[in-house]
This record gives sequence, C-alpha cells and structure tokens, in this order.
Amino acid sequence: MTSDYDMKAETVTITGDNGDEIEAYLAQPLGDGPHGGVVLIHHMPGYDRWTKEVARRFANDGYIALVPNLYHREAPGASPDDAAAAARAQGGVPDERLVGDVRGAVEHIRAMVTSNGKVGTIGHCSGGRQSFLAAVSIPLDAAVDCYGGAVVTAPPADFPVHMPSLLDRSKDLTCPLLGLFGDDDKFPTPEEVARLSQELERHGKTFELHSYPGAGHAFFAADRPSYRPEAAVDGYQRIGSFFARYLR
Amino acid sequence: MCTYHTAKVELQRSSGKGPDGWFPLSSASVYFDHPVHAPAEHTLNVDFINPERGPAARVAVELDLPAAQALAWAILAGIEAAKSLTE
Repeated sequence: MTSDYDMKAETVTITGDNGDEIEAYLAQPLGDGPHGGVVLIHHMPGYDRWTKEVARRFANDGYIALVPNLYHREAPGASPDDAAAAARAQGGVPDERLVGDVRGAVEHIRAMVTSNGKVGTIGHCSGGRQSFLAAVSIPLDAAVDCYGGAVVTAPPADFPVHMPSLLDRSKDLTCPLLGLFGDDDKFPTPEEVARLSQELERHGKTFELHSYPGAGHAFFAADRPSYRPEAAVDGYQRIGSFFARYLR
Repeated sequence: MCTYHTAKVELQRSSGKGPDGWFPLSSASVYFDHPVHAPAEHTLNVDFINPERGPAARVAVELDLPAAQALAWAILAGIEAAKSLTE
C-alpha cells in the first residue's frame, strides 16, 4: 500500500446545510486516482492549524480530505480561536446543521473526478461525536470517532444548543465504525464506551472500539500535554488499516 | 473532554481592550474547556466579547483552576470593598 502521496492543499467553497456556501479546507493527493475520501470534522476549538495538519496527513496517505469550516456562518474569515468563541457564545453548532454540512462535504468529494465514490468521516473530541452523528444520519462508507463525548450521555443542560444522547441512534449506523478512546478519559468514560459497544453489538453493527491504558482525552493532540505517542501511533495505524479496508 | 458547559453573562457599561483598542463589552462566556494557548489540558476560560463588533472584538483569558479561583475571590473582595465605600 502506497502511503506517501504528493498533494496539494487549498481553501475551497462547498455547499453546506440549507444550501449555504461555506469555507472548507481541501487536501488531496496528486494524480488521477481514484481516491477514497475523508470528511474531517474539526473539534470545538475550531478550524485550526492542527486540524489542517491532520487533513494533509490523510492526503499524504492517498485520501481526498475535506474539512468544512463549521463556524463559517458565525465568523467568516476570523481566526480559528475567535471563530470558536463566537460560535460558543451563539450556542454552538446545532446537530441538524452539522449533518447538512457533512452531507454537503461528502457530496463535494463524490463529485470530484478523482473520487472513487467512497467517503468516510473522522472527528476528534466534539468532532468525534459529530462523526458518529453523521454516520447514523447519512449514508457513509466508514466513520471514526476519536474520543467523542456526549454520544452515550447528553451534554449538560446549560449548553445552549440541545444535543441529545445519540445512543438510541446506534441502530441507524450506516457504515463500519472505528472508535478510539483513552482509559483515563472522563468524557467519555470507559463505562460509556462499554455501553456504546453493547448497543452496537445488540444491533449487529460492524465496529471496532479500542481504549488505550495510560491515555486520556485528546491523546492525538501533539501540541497539548494530553499527547500520548504510543496511543497516537497505534491509533493512526488502526485508522490507516480501517480506511484502507473500507475506502480504497 | 469538551465539557460543553458554558455560562453567559450579559455586561453593561463595561469595556475591554482588544487588538484594535478599547471597545464596549456586551457579554462574557465562561467555560471550562480546552485552551488555545495555556499549557494545560483544560482551563477556566473567559471570553469578553461584543459580537456587533465582529469575532475579533474579544478579550480572552485562559486560567488554571487555582488562578481562576484566586481571581474570582479577588473580584468578590473588590466588590465587597466597593459596597462598603458606596453604601
């Protein structure tokens, strides 16, 4: 499996929820393809440098990677941290809008001449929950949830946007799911991960959930104290194998 | 974790100094979540903002919990002192 593609990366405009034109970051391997696609859902801190680095990593691995800017409506052109603050102050991203934006990103990739028609999603933290949400809402070929909280247990009631637990949506999962978690995480807890596993098993879904000892939340975040290299390296290997199986 | 906890406080007759100088503040978001800059996994964050002036009209702080608590006590003490002077 070749995994060192030359690439190009650029900012593009895609059609998101409600027909809105939103900004997105597109990193894609050079050449005719065909290539699988990955919609990378950014975390709550925003459409930031780290997220774009991850997109380029997937392009380097041979996937068309597209990151919709979920905060484009609240703060077009703003710096990622200011945009995240503006979105939080306005209540965050509603679930319905997220699904519409991811649907638009999936359709954008599938319409590219270099696409093989297969598209998956991945997200970290709040993006992990949203990757799961997309996978139970629209047809996908694969989905990865990296330590997404509030899948089994709903966010606290004081959060302005209503976000229900997604556990009872497990039956609607449209694609294989890979979940990567840390044993020391509190959101989600290992008990919540076990509960999710039971529910997916009960509905006969195809899934792999792994939880790493000695790791907590955000163990992929190389610029944060939470970074755990052993978990991150193994996690990327699992993501690579998972995407190769379902997106190539 | 993304805690999602967010308390919003409306502000009147308040100002902050941002990248373009002083501006009137309309609200503050208070939350415990990932910082952008502080070297910690989570911090107590406050965004003093004025959305009418755009997303960059923001004064942001990311505080570790002991610092945030000390600051909160200092603010409360300052308020009590002000009351004793004005009542």
